[in-house]
Amino acid sequence: MKAPRFSYVRAESVEHALGLLEEHGEEARILAGGQSLMPTLNMRLSQPKLLIDINRLAALEGISLRGDNVRIGALARHVAVANSPVVAEHLPLVAEAMPHVAHVAVRNRGTFGGSIALADPAAELPACALALGATFVVAGAGGRRSIAAADYFRGLYETARKHNELLVEALIPVRRPGFVSVFMELARRHGDFAIAGVAFHLEIAGGVVRSGRLAYFASEDKPTLARKALAAILGKRLDGECAEAAAAALSEDLEPMSNPQGSAKMRLHLQRVLTQRALEVAANRAGAAA
Amino acid sequence: MAVSLTVNGERVSRVVPVRQHLVDFLRIELGLTGAHLGCEHGICGACSVRVDGVVVRGCLMLAVQADGAQVVTIEGLAETGEIADLQEAFVERNALQCGYCTPGMLMTAAELLEQAAPRSREEIRTFLSGNYCRCTGYHAIVDAVETTLMKRLERGSEPSVMIEKSVSSL
Repeated sequence: MKAPRFSYVRAESVEHALGLLEEHGEEARILAGGQSLMPTLNMRLSQPKLLIDINRLAALEGISLRGDNVRIGALARHVAVANSPVVAEHLPLVAEAMPHVAHVAVRNRGTFGGSIALADPAAELPACALALGATFVVAGAGGRRSIAAADYFRGLYETARKHNELLVEALIPVRRPGFVSVFMELARRHGDFAIAGVAFHLEIAGGVVRSGRLAYFASEDKPTLARKALAAILGKRLDGECAEAAAAALSEDLEPMSNPQGSAKMRLHLQRVLTQRALEVAANRAGAAA
Repeated sequence: MAVSLTVNGERVSRVVPVRQHLVDFLRIELGLTGAHLGCEHGICGACSVRVDGVVVRGCLMLAVQADGAQVVTIEGLAETGEIADLQEAFVERNALQCGYCTPGMLMTAAELLEQAAPRSREEIRTFLSGNYCRCTGYHAIVDAVETTLMKRLERGSEPSVMIEKSVSSL
């Protein structure tokens, strides 16, 4: 189908975009890479009055090391993140996830910030950000504020960003020595939305899990940290038995949604399978690094 | 809204409705019907075009967003000869039946070939995974891309026959 009528403004600066957001309220939508917004327009699932195109805001671009964080500008295209040496070196979890983010043509245009701002429950990057303890910086009329990933994802396409705020960048802590990460997902076709997925970031010393986060996506209404499953492996030697205990504990952490791609029962099963596979990989990676 | 862009090497300026996506602009305004519309929501890949050097979904970009951009469609890509070997391999291997997906398939494969890196069949499949084909079962398409890539990599070791990407020569 064709998109409904809307007005379109090419934002000249972050301030310009914020002014338009302030003026038009919830009737305005930010247009970044457009790889999710455009389909909803073409299918007339959303009918904003105004699109604010931020694609020419150079201030929102770039990927760089900033102190102990990697700064990923909201407008950094997926392809740039996937090919970034900074990401490869300091955020191996994100680097491992990138090939799973949609398809080549979508990665050439879609943006890191767009994925975080939309907060699709089946998306890879929100889960990675959650696992790595990222911070998101949003700009509003009153200035900028930082939101921890753990506080940011609220529900189905719901985040802590207010409608008059613009996501500016993500700050993601670099991997510290002793930490390993593993990303895995299951999808019917490579690059399609996942039907189960994990993003693990664990500190493992001498084969024993010291700390970390186990993030799950494509099952809840938002990316979710599994606390019981983590408790099952903390202080333990990361072997098959330990991984099995984590998988068993998962039913207390997750309550997957059923949809045409899979029932709740199947999704929980798949998350358990991924948990065991990913923990085995984590143990091997920790062993190889030691 | 007024837009001015380069399409297949030619400068074009038009006034377009802001809600018109790039492929409708190319097809309706410019008569370039090589890029097809399949699903019109970013799933099928039939609308793939090259914008500023990279392949994108033409249905997921507004024409007004292409202001100032360099756009190459399958017509332009075929005319420069950049993918003549790939086109030949598609015919040779019977990598199409109805042909609806073919322009998009070629646009995407062109990007893989341009990267000039050795690829396994599995990697070729993954690279093309955003382009649906409902006729061939993909096998012949992967064959054609693989053959072309291998030939290019062989020739690539001889610098005199490097493949040159030339849009400006149009």
